[in-house]
Amino acid sequence: MADNVSTETAKAPFLLTAWEGVYDGIRNRAYLFTLIAMALLVVAGVAAGMHARSVGTMHAYGVTREVPWGILISTYVFFVVTSTGLCLVSSIGHVFGVKDYAPIAKRSVFLAVATIISGFFVIFFEIENPLRMAIYNVISPNLTSNIWWMGTLYGAYMMFMAIEFTLLVQRRYRLATLLGFLGVVSGVAAHSNLGAVFGMLDGREFWYGPFMPIYFITSAMMSGAAAIILFTWLAYKVNGEQMDSGMKRALEVTTKVGILLIAVILFFTTWKFIIGFAGGEAKVMALRSLLTGPYAFNFWVLEILVGMVIPLVLFLKSRGTNLGMMALASGLMVFGIFFMRYDLVVVGQIVPVYYELEVKEYTGLLSYTPSFHEIMVVLGGIGLTGFLFLLGEKVFGGHKSEAH
Amino acid sequence: MKRSPRIPREPEPAKSDKAVSDIERRDFLKIGLAITGVFAGGTLLSAVSVVDEVFASREELAESYPYKPHYSMVIRQDNCIDCERCVEACARTNDVPEYGYRTRILQHVSEESEGRTVEFIPVLCNQCNNPACVRACPTKATYKDKTNGIVMMDQSKCIGCKTCMSACPCNDRYFNEETMAVDKCNFCYDTRLSKGETLTACAEACPAGVRIFGDLSDPQSEVYKRVHDLEAAVWVQRPETGTKPNIFYTTG
Repeated sequence: MADNVSTETAKAPFLLTAWEGVYDGIRNRAYLFTLIAMALLVVAGVAAGMHARSVGTMHAYGVTREVPWGILISTYVFFVVTSTGLCLVSSIGHVFGVKDYAPIAKRSVFLAVATIISGFFVIFFEIENPLRMAIYNVISPNLTSNIWWMGTLYGAYMMFMAIEFTLLVQRRYRLATLLGFLGVVSGVAAHSNLGAVFGMLDGREFWYGPFMPIYFITSAMMSGAAAIILFTWLAYKVNGEQMDSGMKRALEVTTKVGILLIAVILFFTTWKFIIGFAGGEAKVMALRSLLTGPYAFNFWVLEILVGMVIPLVLFLKSRGTNLGMMALASGLMVFGIFFMRYDLVVVGQIVPVYYELEVKEYTGLLSYTPSFHEIMVVLGGIGLTGFLFLLGEKVFGGHKSEAH
Repeated sequence: MKRSPRIPREPEPAKSDKAVSDIERRDFLKIGLAITGVFAGGTLLSAVSVVDEVFASREELAESYPYKPHYSMVIRQDNCIDCERCVEACARTNDVPEYGYRTRILQHVSEESEGRTVEFIPVLCNQCNNPACVRACPTKATYKDKTNGIVMMDQSKCIGCKTCMSACPCNDRYFNEETMAVDKCNFCYDTRLSKGETLTACAEACPAGVRIFGDLSDPQSEVYKRVHDLEAAVWVQRPETGTKPNIFYTTG
């Protein structure tokens, strides 16, 4: 990056302020304790992932031949959805110039990078041969494969967002806007391809169709709004500061985005079910598993109530100004959305492909339960986001920046 | 899975069984498309009726289609007795570990049926003409062999993302922890066909003549005759997914 050259002189002071920030932070015992706890989660996740790899994922993970994708895939989806959402919602300010959104830009871009790194962390332990991936994604690309596009575009996206953040730190806003725009374009392309990874599998009725890419982008924005509000609120707690009016205004308008997107996703979900029930037997079975079957608690309580309805009510009641209420709402959303991704991935596979053949081997729904190893890797990913967030607040001085 | 209804005799005069030029063969294929579309309502799928869907362009098609030999298998389902010798022969020949299988036999029990109440249904990779797994693979680790139409695995390129396993509408793939790659039936290409054998291990091992293996592009072959016999009921697994399998099921 040519941009680094001109800022060579600014490097030393930045390191100094960064260290001062971290030093200030770790003198606070609660901060230090949380930071170490997050780091330990990452270490535990790495250990579980490495162990799984050494004994074979077939033994260590809960996935099977029939249900090959489990909680590691859904957690990857969760992280990249959040990252894309952070990028998209914050881009309203730092790319498209709506001034009200500008104060959230720097932290959002930083968190977009942190969450995509966490996503890659989790997927690293899911992919059986990361080394082969690094080689053959480059020398043997399959351009009809959504996985290929998704991986490649997310790689580009991460690079654009990381450069944009660097430029924001350096206050080179014009160039940052360009990089932010590239981030939005690659993020939308990558994320819709992730939707298409599922949507283009015509052997899997629950997923198949054009709905998935559209749903993924929309629900990314819903996740993004939640993540911005939650992390901004947390950041001010961590830093022990009061929000200024600009930041309050930014969260107020972000809340409006959250309200709109929850409504859109509720609308999408309603039609997905109504239309699905007019479909084939396999699809109806999958939908029933969510409505009244083994995934009903996940669906009604975690996805609908915790993930959307309660946050919607809280957002409305908060009028965008009651920060505690908004933080609670967005925290519930992030929690509920985690299970939304889980259900999306798992329920797509629990109807056996041979179900309609009526063979005795496949008479009912398949089951999948996350293993200890899988859960540890997931916690490692969550720990990584937490660790990077906490560290980032101190290194970058609370992500303060003027509007650009 | 429904069987196709009895199919009326083909109204068009059938092409002769003599060797035909490439152009004539493709003309025949187009007719084949029309025939299956009209009489079978899409249930009976000729292996050779997917001109537009298999290839990116007609130019590519002109160069590489049809496969020669176009390997295919016809399964005479009602003859299967579930002795599992095919499964054993497959595992022995292809180093299939105990936790996996390339082929297996499913059981369909229908208590209300007259006479026989259990049907045995051998399944294996369908070597589809429009394979969902091949489209989904990020690194071309699985690919359609341009000569013989077998869906192959290049294990050294497999990243283990398992998208092909999710994509396969018939669950014919598994992850092999010995090779650290997804494994699947390849009609014993590396272990037998490429060494001059004419049958797959499963077809050779079957004592009941269930698995008829051969070249669908050869009008003299039994697979050709059975698939193109419009009087016989012929069906495939999960036709609704549009993958155009090359494993055909029939009776008798």
